[in-house]
Amino acid sequence: MSLIHEIDHGTPRSRAETMVTLTIDGETMTVPEGTSILRAASEMGTAIPKLCATDMVEAFGSCRLCLVEIEGRAGTPASCTTPVMPGMVVKTQTERLKRLRKGVMELYISDHPLDCLTCAANGDCELQDMAGAVGLRDVRYGHEGHNHPNPGLDESNPYFTYDPSKCIVCSRCVRACEEVQGTFALTIAGRGFGSVVSPGMEESFLGSECVSCGACVQACPTATLTEKSVISIGQPEHSVITTCAYCGVGCTFKAEMRGNEVVRMVPWKDGKANRGHSCVKGRFAWGYASHKERILHPMIRASISDPWREVSWDEAIAYTASEFKRIQAKYGRLAIGGITSSRCTNEETFLVQKLIRGGFGNNNVDTCARVCHSPTGYGLSQTYGTSAGTQDFDSVEQSDVILLIGANPTDAHPVFGSRMKKRLREGAKLIVLDPRRIDLVRMPHVAAAHHLPLKPGTNVAVLTALAHVIVTEGLADEAFVRERCDWDEFQDWAAFVAEPRHSPEAIEAVAGVPAAEIRAAARLYATGGNGAIYYGLGVTEHSQGSTTVMAIANLAMATGNIGRPGVGVNPLRGQNNVQGACDMGSFPHEFSGYRHVSGDETRQLFESLWGVALDSEPGLRIPNMLDAAVDGVFKGLYVQGEDILQSDPDTRHVAAGLAAMECVVVQDLFLNETANYAHVFLPGSTFLEKDGTFTNAERRIQRVRKVMPSKSGKADWEITLDIAHAMGFDMNYAHPSEIMDEIAALTPSFAGVSYAKLEAEGSVQWPCNDKAPLGTPVMHIDGFVRGKGRFMVTEYVATDERTGPRFPLLLTTGRILSQYNVGAQTRRTENVVWHGEDRLEIHPHDAEQRGVLDGQWVKLASRSGETSLRALITERVAPGVVYTTFHHPGTQANVVTTDFSDWATNCPEYKVTAVQVMPSNGPTAWQESYDDHARNSRRIVEAAE
Amino acid sequence: MLDRSSDKLVHMANQIGKFFASQGAETAPVAIAEHLRKFWDPRMRAGILSHLEAGGAGLDPLVRQAVERLRETAAAR
Repeated sequence: MSLIHEIDHGTPRSRAETMVTLTIDGETMTVPEGTSILRAASEMGTAIPKLCATDMVEAFGSCRLCLVEIEGRAGTPASCTTPVMPGMVVKTQTERLKRLRKGVMELYISDHPLDCLTCAANGDCELQDMAGAVGLRDVRYGHEGHNHPNPGLDESNPYFTYDPSKCIVCSRCVRACEEVQGTFALTIAGRGFGSVVSPGMEESFLGSECVSCGACVQACPTATLTEKSVISIGQPEHSVITTCAYCGVGCTFKAEMRGNEVVRMVPWKDGKANRGHSCVKGRFAWGYASHKERILHPMIRASISDPWREVSWDEAIAYTASEFKRIQAKYGRLAIGGITSSRCTNEETFLVQKLIRGGFGNNNVDTCARVCHSPTGYGLSQTYGTSAGTQDFDSVEQSDVILLIGANPTDAHPVFGSRMKKRLREGAKLIVLDPRRIDLVRMPHVAAAHHLPLKPGTNVAVLTALAHVIVTEGLADEAFVRERCDWDEFQDWAAFVAEPRHSPEAIEAVAGVPAAEIRAAARLYATGGNGAIYYGLGVTEHSQGSTTVMAIANLAMATGNIGRPGVGVNPLRGQNNVQGACDMGSFPHEFSGYRHVSGDETRQLFESLWGVALDSEPGLRIPNMLDAAVDGVFKGLYVQGEDILQSDPDTRHVAAGLAAMECVVVQDLFLNETANYAHVFLPGSTFLEKDGTFTNAERRIQRVRKVMPSKSGKADWEITLDIAHAMGFDMNYAHPSEIMDEIAALTPSFAGVSYAKLEAEGSVQWPCNDKAPLGTPVMHIDGFVRGKGRFMVTEYVATDERTGPRFPLLLTTGRILSQYNVGAQTRRTENVVWHGEDRLEIHPHDAEQRGVLDGQWVKLASRSGETSLRALITERVAPGVVYTTFHHPGTQANVVTTDFSDWATNCPEYKVTAVQVMPSNGPTAWQESYDDHARNSRRIVEAAE
Repeated sequence: MLDRSSDKLVHMANQIGKFFASQGAETAPVAIAEHLRKFWDPRMRAGILSHLEAGGAGLDPLVRQAVERLRETAAAR
């Protein structure tokens, strides 16, 4: 293994289709029109010296190092800002150019500290490289650099330092922040020698708008902006390409290593999901992997009131199997089940569901997608015939109108959010449907054309009103519908949405959105060119989540916005492998590839390969498992990589369900909240310690590569394998690639996937099979997977969760940029400096009415329960709506959420809870008693040596 | 009087019924029954059938028809 050095071609690739031929240093070269001379030379293999140019941002032309001579032109133009022309004859190295470049470098070096031997960038410094490239041997102006400002280091950011004395004012960081990240947090303050990079209004990095994406650090050619890990460890010596384990964007990174220690994670330029960009979580927040709270030894206990006892792997596995067998003997075959994880790989997930179906002998398997995107699976399969988004991420570059519903990509999917912002800065129009004024509604250089701040729970009403406008104003794409959809069903649907009760004027009172805004938004989406819908959990986590997904699918079909780049229906998946966990047959009613367990032909296929009879009846979903546990008939649970106690709604019900079980097995990195109710703890591995694949929100299957040995001694798939063997179920694999081979053999949409293909192609998007050997970036191009697109009538049914005198406010929950879901990983990193606790956002009007002050403790109560947290008074939420995150277990936000759920899938209704808010003195009795239980439950008796 | 489990099953079944109601009196019971068969585990289906046997209090008319249909299918097996 060696360090992967990506070639920096100096300027971005031109997308032009017209080709231009020129001559560089006597060689003929043909490149797309619009390519810079710098890039053309680089692609030819000639590296023209450069400092301010990098291919992650547009050319700037400030350093005067990349000068060239062009036949027939006067002077020595900068090759980064000069595009190629037909017949152009370029010289990159002449006596004049050598002299000029050396002079430029003399000036740079005269103003730069020469502490190279002790500099963190030693060995990775472009200034040093260029001094060598131009043959700099002496500096006539001295080496003091006394003119350059040196106000001292800014070490406020937990992950990188800013050393102004090493800045060459190339503006690469400023441009990366603008062009790549789209935050505009940096500028160059001052003039001449006083020029200096400034975050915000000359604030510290931590105090500025900087979102810590790392683009500036990546762009910096010197040690001005440097990762603290590089400063403390040194330069890496080898690197491995792998996939981030945070959100559903699925960014590809180079894990840059020194031995088994990660030095830094650098976004990989060839990553097709992230295109070389990153966010604060993937780029920096990986320290949890070596956090002191990692559990590295298996543990068991007879009762949850006992302390944990460290045991050998053999004892833990044998105990697990004997308990599960005992429970089945006593309570029946259906009394146990398991939960797969969207944080784990496809291969691990596939094995868990195989263990449950084949080894437990039932279909009681579910996954955390139950509580996020299960309505996406149901809704899109009903309308289009497949349970996934229709586009790749590149598609957004061709969108003209973006309809964003119940999603907050700049916080929850930041790298895709940056790509979306870039397209919006280029002129695409944005419509936001969200109760909150999310950042994208108005931020630097981005403003939504329409923000529809609808009342939580009224998605279906507003979407049907949009459809009403499209149909009644004749904006539907009839030709598309006639060709691609069932015409009779369309007519039924059109008649339904055209009813006056669905008009914007009728819906205004229901949803609280002005009718004129609904009409304008509908017209823009239907007539503004390529219309793309992106949505998140603000769509799915409702009692009408599945209906909303179908209403979205209807809109895209009615306007012909499906089946080509730039359009489509795009669910933004929360976790890294939500798509994959669903694809792998984690739902209790279907095998991998979304085929129902009652299908004899499919079931026989699995039975024949697995050598065991399989149940033809659907199993229990997570909430059903908990209900059955409370009823006393469900007694054992194997949970891999999920923390249902913190993440699932109605915490007290979850706790009661878990407490009623006789054997709860948790396989995870840390003693999470669910483990407080567990009898067996099996230590899992981080993504850095495993081989496998993740499938992101665009159906892209990407390799996860092991960069260090498992700290616990076993990979997660090996643990599942051991349990299977101990349960008497035979399955054998030597490597995760063999599991993928079995997935491919059993799953038509994965038939063409193998590790060899992933090595060759980098990644593929399913369906990947004989019809599409290299995968499918955009779906439904020639027709829908189900044949004709199916319009579904979407009657609005108000949720049963209603506000009233006792609970007059509506609570909705969500995520924040620096933290990730239940926070198990990010809470164990420096990201806590940005978000150390969950706060309750409340509108100033509601706060004043209740006498609530900013930062004050408040009690948040619903019919399910009550908790306390501190208030954040803000106009981001509308009057009558409050909002919080659920990243911190101490907050117990889900004590308040209810057991109402989506009608089709039981996805919980996290987004609508009727609540009351009142000043409080601190934590509630439940929080205090839970905290006592948690501390008591985490006692560990170490194994005797 | 419904116990908590039955109450929840009835609520969930009625939610399903409200979605399929738009498909009309003839199709809706078939679609509701099909949804229950495909997505509810046998214990939950047994629970709603028991509730029907006990009088089916709280079930919306289309849902009641669907559960009756489910009962007939189960008996036929």
